Amino acid sequence: AMDTDLSSQDRKDLDKFIKFFALKTVQVIVQARLGEKICTRSSSSPTGSDWFNLAIKDIPEVTHEAKKALAGQLPAVGRSMCVEISLKTSEGDSMELEIWCLEMNEKCDKEIKVSYTVYNRLSLLLKSLLAITRVTPAYRLSRKQGHEYVILYRIYFGEVQLSGLGEGFQTVRVGTVGTPVGTITLSCAYRINLAFMSTRQFERTPPIMGIIIDHFVDRPYPSSSPMHPCNYRAGEDNGAVYPSVEDSQEVCTTSFSTSPPSQCVFTVTKAHFQTPPPVVTDTLKVPVMGLAFSHQLSSSRLSYQPAALAVGSADMGYPVLLAGGLTAAHPHQLIGPGKEGGVPPVPSQPAHGTQADQERLCTPLDGAHYSAVTPSSSEDTETVSNSSEGKCGSPHDLLETIFIRKVGAFVNKPINQVTMANLDIPFAMFAPKNVELEDNDPMVNPPDSPETESPLQGSLHSEGSSGSSTGNTHDDFVMIDFKPAFSKDDILPMDLGTFYREFQNPPQLSSLSIDIGAQSMAEDLDSLPEKLAVHEKNVKEFDAFVETLQ
Amino acid sequence: SARAAAMNCRAEVLEVSVEARQVEEAALAVLHTVLLHRSTGKFHYKKEGTYSIGTVGTQDVDCDFIDFAYVRVSSEELDRALRKAVGDFKDALRSSGSDGVGQISLEFYQKKKSRWPFSDECIPWELWTIKVNVVNLANEQERQICREKVGEKLCEKIINIVEVMNRHEYLPKMPTQSEVDNVFDTGLKDVQPYLYKISYQITDSLGTSVTTTMRRLIKDTLAL
Repeated sequence: AMDTDLSSQDRKDLDKFIKFFALKTVQVIVQARLGEKICTRSSSSPTGSDWFNLAIKDIPEVTHEAKKALAGQLPAVGRSMCVEISLKTSEGDSMELEIWCLEMNEKCDKEIKVSYTVYNRLSLLLKSLLAITRVTPAYRLSRKQGHEYVILYRIYFGEVQLSGLGEGFQTVRVGTVGTPVGTITLSCAYRINLAFMSTRQFERTPPIMGIIIDHFVDRPYPSSSPMHPCNYRAGEDNGAVYPSVEDSQEVCTTSFSTSPPSQCVFTVTKAHFQTPPPVVTDTLKVPVMGLAFSHQLSSSRLSYQPAALAVGSADMGYPVLLAGGLTAAHPHQLIGPGKEGGVPPVPSQPAHGTQADQERLCTPLDGAHYSAVTPSSSEDTETVSNSSEGKCGSPHDLLETIFIRKVGAFVNKPINQVTMANLDIPFAMFAPKNVELEDNDPMVNPPDSPETESPLQGSLHSEGSSGSSTGNTHDDFVMIDFKPAFSKDDILPMDLGTFYREFQNPPQLSSLSIDIGAQSMAEDLDSLPEKLAVHEKNVKEFDAFVETLQ
Repeated sequence: SARAAAMNCRAEVLEVSVEARQVEEAALAVLHTVLLHRSTGKFHYKKEGTYSIGTVGTQDVDCDFIDFAYVRVSSEELDRALRKAVGDFKDALRSSGSDGVGQISLEFYQKKKSRWPFSDECIPWELWTIKVNVVNLANEQERQICREKVGEKLCEKIINIVEVMNRHEYLPKMPTQSEVDNVFDTGLKDVQPYLYKISYQITDSLGTSVTTTMRRLIKDTLAL
């Protein structure tokens, strides 16, 4: 049997190499789509944590997502690790650009030396990946992202799904490495018709019979895992949110022997670190995003976690800025001109307590003049100094961006159906109750805010939005939306935070599952004549109902 | 080259047609991509014949005259050496006349020590040749198209280079401490490329060919 030929130590080493190779592959791909130039330093002395002798930074969230997708497994035959890169416009259209596939086939190379040759070849393959990620069309797109679109990534494990790439996609092979348990293959399939920026580029599927289908354009399969934007703020302590990958990171101390190749001394030790900042001083810059997400937010059922820096549309007259990774406890991190045109009045004390570790600030937006609230520049110094002590305050912080953490499936609804300026509740037609008149609509005339509500309410916008989260422990994000497009249901009095928690991870629509999706749609359509007949029979009842609405 | 073939050395040829101002960036993109794959971290030999390897950093480079970006090893020394070579090549091309055709070669070799009075041999094991064809463009619109086209061509070249690298063909055996300078250039402080030399050949409009070989200064100089 195969395994008896491979010593158990070799097998363990090999599994470890493959695991970390997979993680580094994801890092290289995602970092290559951040939109920024990457730069890491060479170090003549091995640091012990640089796998494959390459300085590749580990963005913790990315590692976290990769580990989640892998769920403890390794790429094997039929189980490939895929990184899907897609583009999403500010209007909500999206398009798959690339699928990077790390696959394993059955061709084994029994003779090869694991701790030596395989390791070095994996290193070479990562170098090839660094080179190839710059030459596919998505690279140039990703360098220009920020204003009209962003680049998202999604990691999944299992069967490769290429149908979202459109017709005529091309493939480039990055390389292969034979191992005693199979041959590792790394390749990329990429869309070639990227005639971008044409307005009819994307198919807009109109709602069918009033049913809004959550889907990404061109995607026949439901998103089995959430998409993430590639832009991340890197380099700060993320200990509070994700464990830094250095936590219980396995350290690879490579030590090779130059005596006959059969003598390979390869030591891999486990080292446990605290959550240190990266050793190598990398400059993984994060771009400024001035992206109009507000439209989507109002019209979408989102499963946003920490949210995006967003710019509202022109017709709103003001930008909506969303802070990432925060609760309403850090309202000082939200910037909006409000009516004053400057920093909004910041409450005198944060409503909630998780503090010091989160100090992500908005960037000043192009063309807009905001003073980002830092301890050095804020007028409300007492507020800011209450939290994030010692961490904010350098002008450098001004340049860090807030970023989207997760974008779940969202409604791909044509934007002209919803405007921020006068929000009808877009989901009104699905409300279980009768349509309420506007006067009774709590969105228009919000009830008196309960005491626990964030002091932000009313201060940011004169129309008295209730769109701020309470001081709850949901520490993933806060969104300020002056006319939140969600529940007006009195039975479930929802504030924004509750709403997002409730709907953050919606279950997959059963009609979209691969097996029954097409089927049930067909069934639905088939049953239409029947249903129509029933309705016709009851037409008197319906008429009576309509009467009551007059 | 005939010499390479005779030596059983792997030889790859890449051709590009570029404007004069694109010569350097195109050549650097190719050379750096090759050297990215042909450089390791610095070796640190320990007792009992074991060694550890340093870490290679990388960085993105944007071209100014070509719509193109590439990754190179983070080593200023290496970058300087390549820029010098490519700059000399460009100057030679320019002075040869506007229809100049030239080629710049990157050769990886091993040193084989010989007994006195014979000098050490340099045995090439991989040779990369970039044939450069300089074009003259009439107007700005053509230049803009050229920026994009050359960018696309270079993308293809990078893919070609990676294909070759992936073949996992002959590489020198990892050397013992005493042999390391016969295989690697250990003179850089942060990375360790395989021993290499860069040379170029210009064919001017008269068809005359001029070859210049620039020897990389290495620690143990050859007898000559």
